[in-house]
Amino acid sequence: MAGARMAKRGVPEGLWIRCPQCKATVFRKEAAARFNVCPECNHHFYLPARERIKQLLDEESFEEWFADLRPKDPLQFNDRVLYSERLKAEQAKTGMPDAAVVGRGYIRGRPVVFSVTDFAFMAGSMGSVVGEKLTRAAEEATRLMLPLIIVSGSGGGARMQEGILSLMQMAKISAALARYDQAGGLYISILTNPTMGGVAASFALQGDLTLAEPGALIGFAGKRTIWNTVRLELPEGFQTSEFLLKHGFIDRIVHRKDLRTEVARIIDYCEH
Amino acid sequence: MASPNGFLPFEKDIFEMEELLSKLEGQAGATEEIRRIKKEITRLIQKVYSNLSAWDTVLVARHPNRPQTLDYINLIFDEFVELHGDRAFGDDRAIRSGFARIGEHRVMLLGHQKGHTLKERNECLYGCAHPEGYRKALNKMKMAAKFGIPVICLIDTPGAYPGIGAEERGQAQLIANNLFEMSRLATPIICVVIGEGGSGGALGIGIGDRVSMLEHSYYSVISPEGCAGILWKVATDDTKRQAADALRLTARDLFKLRVIDDIIAEPLGGAHRDARQMGNSLKAYLVRYLRDLKDVSTEELMEQRYQKFRRMGVFEQGPQES
Repeated sequence: MAGARMAKRGVPEGLWIRCPQCKATVFRKEAAARFNVCPECNHHFYLPARERIKQLLDEESFEEWFADLRPKDPLQFNDRVLYSERLKAEQAKTGMPDAAVVGRGYIRGRPVVFSVTDFAFMAGSMGSVVGEKLTRAAEEATRLMLPLIIVSGSGGGARMQEGILSLMQMAKISAALARYDQAGGLYISILTNPTMGGVAASFALQGDLTLAEPGALIGFAGKRTIWNTVRLELPEGFQTSEFLLKHGFIDRIVHRKDLRTEVARIIDYCEH
Repeated sequence: MASPNGFLPFEKDIFEMEELLSKLEGQAGATEEIRRIKKEITRLIQKVYSNLSAWDTVLVARHPNRPQTLDYINLIFDEFVELHGDRAFGDDRAIRSGFARIGEHRVMLLGHQKGHTLKERNECLYGCAHPEGYRKALNKMKMAAKFGIPVICLIDTPGAYPGIGAEERGQAQLIANNLFEMSRLATPIICVVIGEGGSGGALGIGIGDRVSMLEHSYYSVISPEGCAGILWKVATDDTKRQAADALRLTARDLFKLRVIDDIIAEPLGGAHRDARQMGNSLKAYLVRYLRDLKDVSTEELMEQRYQKFRRMGVFEQGPQES
């Protein structure tokens, strides 16, 4: 069951992976050696937060902050499954208290405040804990005057189960990022597959620079919602990184293997 | 949905009494009966409207006769000088903006317009704004800040428009820009949800020093239909109701969650029954807020606005209890 669910995301346990894009059967170790990218078609597989930290930050340099923040169930939300139960299941599945990991580390020797959301935890959606952690990360980056990196990956955006409080996290983190901006901080936003809804409409698109991995789904409204409204066939490659680049919303599309170098280079350009 | 007669499903009894009343009113010698029925109608409305479910509230908030931004402009603002266009793409009719006067104050007024007639609705897409609407709103707000004019935002949208052009032109980007800039806009901002507070489309003009709701409006992270479709897999009458309950989207819920500052009372039976009275209450609130915020220093205003949103959210911290 768990295996089947993982397969859908493209990273099953076992020796072989089937690439969801080119359908090639890929040797798992080979994909892993290539930053979890399909060797046949360059499809970027889902990457857990911990793996992201390993790939992007210097070895053993990450120091996690605010790891003791945990979600609650303020609305007693019940959609046949209690949110509190759902949280327990997600925590057991991922080993994480919620969808965000924040802290400080080094990128090729450059100190940064680093944040990442993990799609595996409730599709990387933003509730109070994600909002609070990212806000604190931005506040710490302001205090320490360090570059801030946020790697976004969220299918749904604001988390429905925390209702209006999730929506207000968008406002909260935006305000913290605006203050960081005012103070002259450098914020590099890295969009990964998928970055949608309230996450896209807040912190993910508030960077000084917006980078995206190739082929990521990025947008505001879901395709089904759009289809239901306009009843028109959606253009080829609609809401992909390449689509956003073409329309002027992304600075650069960067292959996962090059991200570390690219980020380091940008930091050097933006040094005060 | 409201019926063609404008009554909502839970208002059936009220409507029948009103029908009866209008028949009697033509007859001579029915004075006593008329008085009795009028009393009964008031009692019925009171009863129904003090027990609205979350879903009922959504229906009231969407009532076709509910006053909208343009109605309030006519009712309570002494002047409105509409300012069009986003200086980049077009003039989104789902968001209106312009100088206005209210009481002794000059303000920049922004508001979603859903439209009453079919023609108007087609023009403004039921209050669903495109990226250019959010860009227009921000342009006008920045200008207002430059001249020390406070901003009023009347929120009334099912959500930002979900379409191909909207995505191509950066719906998420433009909303993100507004949240970012409104959080530090150096002039007082007062936001009132007057009908529908639909998610990011509402929040896109919803960052302010005071954020309040009319009594029967709603404000939600997602529409009950959308939520039902995702979490209950199908949006039926039943799951929509359950989703509306679960989302805690009424003014009273948001007040309890400390997301809004005030609930502005509506006339008996909802704003659509007495737009003038609703307008008067709204005006009193706006003028009060404008007066409250007028003498706050910019520095203090910025700090208070930051802290207002900073404290939102519910979580635990510390070692896990076992």
